[in-house]
Amino acid sequence: MTGATLRHAGWILRGNPLTGIAAAGVFMLTLVALFGPWIVPYDPIVSDVPQALMPPSAAHLAGTDQLGRDVFSRLIVAARLDLAIAVSAVGISFAIGAVIGAICGYAGGKLDRAVGRFVDVLMAFPLFVLAMAMVAALGNRVENIVIATAIINLPFYIRFARAEVNVRRNVGWVEAARACGDSHISVVLRFLLPNVLPAMAVQMSLNLGWAILNAAGLSFIGLGVKPPTPEWGIMVAEGARFISTGKWWLVAFPGLALMLTVLCFNLLGDGVRDILDPRMRT
Amino acid sequence: MMAAFGATMTRAGSRFLSSLPALFGVLVFTFVLMRMLPGDPAVFFASGPNAGKEEIEVIRKQMGLNKPVPEQLMLYLYDVGRGNLGRSMTTGQLVTTDLRERLPASLELTFTALLIALVSAVPLGVLAALRPGSVIDHGVRLFCALGVCVPTFVSGLLLIYVFYYLLGLAPDPTGRVDIFASLPPSRTGFLLIDFLLAGDFDGWWAAFRQLILPALSMALFVIAPLARITRASMLVSLGSDFVRTARSVGLPWWQIVVTYALRNAILPVITIAGIVFSTMLGANVLVEKVFSWPGVASYALDALLSSDYAPVQGFVLLMASVFVIVNLVVDILYGIADPRVTIG
Repeated sequence: MTGATLRHAGWILRGNPLTGIAAAGVFMLTLVALFGPWIVPYDPIVSDVPQALMPPSAAHLAGTDQLGRDVFSRLIVAARLDLAIAVSAVGISFAIGAVIGAICGYAGGKLDRAVGRFVDVLMAFPLFVLAMAMVAALGNRVENIVIATAIINLPFYIRFARAEVNVRRNVGWVEAARACGDSHISVVLRFLLPNVLPAMAVQMSLNLGWAILNAAGLSFIGLGVKPPTPEWGIMVAEGARFISTGKWWLVAFPGLALMLTVLCFNLLGDGVRDILDPRMRT
Repeated sequence: MMAAFGATMTRAGSRFLSSLPALFGVLVFTFVLMRMLPGDPAVFFASGPNAGKEEIEVIRKQMGLNKPVPEQLMLYLYDVGRGNLGRSMTTGQLVTTDLRERLPASLELTFTALLIALVSAVPLGVLAALRPGSVIDHGVRLFCALGVCVPTFVSGLLLIYVFYYLLGLAPDPTGRVDIFASLPPSRTGFLLIDFLLAGDFDGWWAAFRQLILPALSMALFVIAPLARITRASMLVSLGSDFVRTARSVGLPWWQIVVTYALRNAILPVITIAGIVFSTMLGANVLVEKVFSWPGVASYALDALLSSDYAPVQGFVLLMASVFVIVNLVVDILYGIADPRVTIG
């Protein structure tokens, strides 16, 4: 991170203002996730049955649900859980995937082939189906949504890190480090991984949106998050029962929240890629 | 031509052989996963909460749960080899029977969605590539950016709201046909084809109206990656020498675009279509739930939530097999789209 990188970032932002907007959006989301429970007008859990199923109004910006709970308050409070699931899942799979991939790419041989086979098996599943089966097997809890989402992301990180390390394992500065007496572990950790990380960080920000959709999909089919916990996927699932009688706000607003969040992460990911890795620009 | 076809088949054959270990891994992996499911299914399927110990023991024996896990795995592999996927405890039928009954519904939905996606994404991508930077190009990009952000279950529900509740154009969004409608004699299991074969056009129209909304909501999610790759790949091929040559000798523009540019740009689109198909197999679960579609995914979901091992195993195995077959088809299409692939 030098002056040149910052200048380059500034140039990218001027050329593509969407990245700036997306960054602001993600910042806002983070604030909402951190302070959500303190800024909402109503309690997201307590029901108020006489007010049930009211359309959006000045008092209830996004209407009320079947128990009279304020949809807007629930949306705000849900941000924390949704973001926490996605960020921790992607973080776990990034950390594990980078290390496994780097070791395989550096060591090669039997270990590399064995891990490659395992990755092949994971990739032979439709990933959402795999996540579904894993949440059911590990137990129907939020932590397991995180684990399942992390595991279905793992193959991409392993492959990515493996390929990036593999092309660098015999370059001059790696040989130099080895000639100076560095151990293999130290070569991988101190020289190879840091060179691979920026490209992987891009992968990570592009992945976050996908992870959010996945987690929401899992809770929509009744896995992981349980009512009355506010979470966007489960809010859609609860609202689904009322859609054919025209209660659109129960589905539309959580849907909108999901869409905007994913959009911000995707645009930010594209922007970060342009800044960090000019080779991959499209 | 024959030689090229033979080479394609050989390639597909070797791809199939190399995918067998992965498929075997899938088998073992699914087995282990399902054995980790919480709760004792023997207790679950006993007559009631106060069922006697002996009764539970009988069910346990009946399900093979009293044997050690490795032996259960060997038995399971042996059964799968004979085409026996076990019996569903909820429906009481063989899993293979259940899956065979329900698979056509899922496939009809998925293929229709893929067709809708391809038919709209390829022209959109081509149009965007023909006029880069134009209103169409920006429109397509905006649509793509938004398309990947809306979850399938949300777009499905919103389609129901607009077309069923507001406009009244769509029928009640549950199932494949109206409960009171008469079904055509089942030949293929695909209702649209069966109705056509029976010559029942009113029935065809009714089935089509049931199918269009779920297919559309599934398609919306995958149009974006397809259109984006078509655009990128068309831009490359439109800028190439052979297109410039074709232009300079004065060929009609549609021939340049379709015969020369698009044919050369189609390979990456096929690759992405294969990947997208896997996404759609997953999205099936969500869409089938939203539209109460009687397919394999909703069957597996019900089984999953009542810890019924066999159907879930069968479903995951089926999905992985479908995915392997799709990859083979992609390989064969490669050879047909670009004969150069098979050489070397």
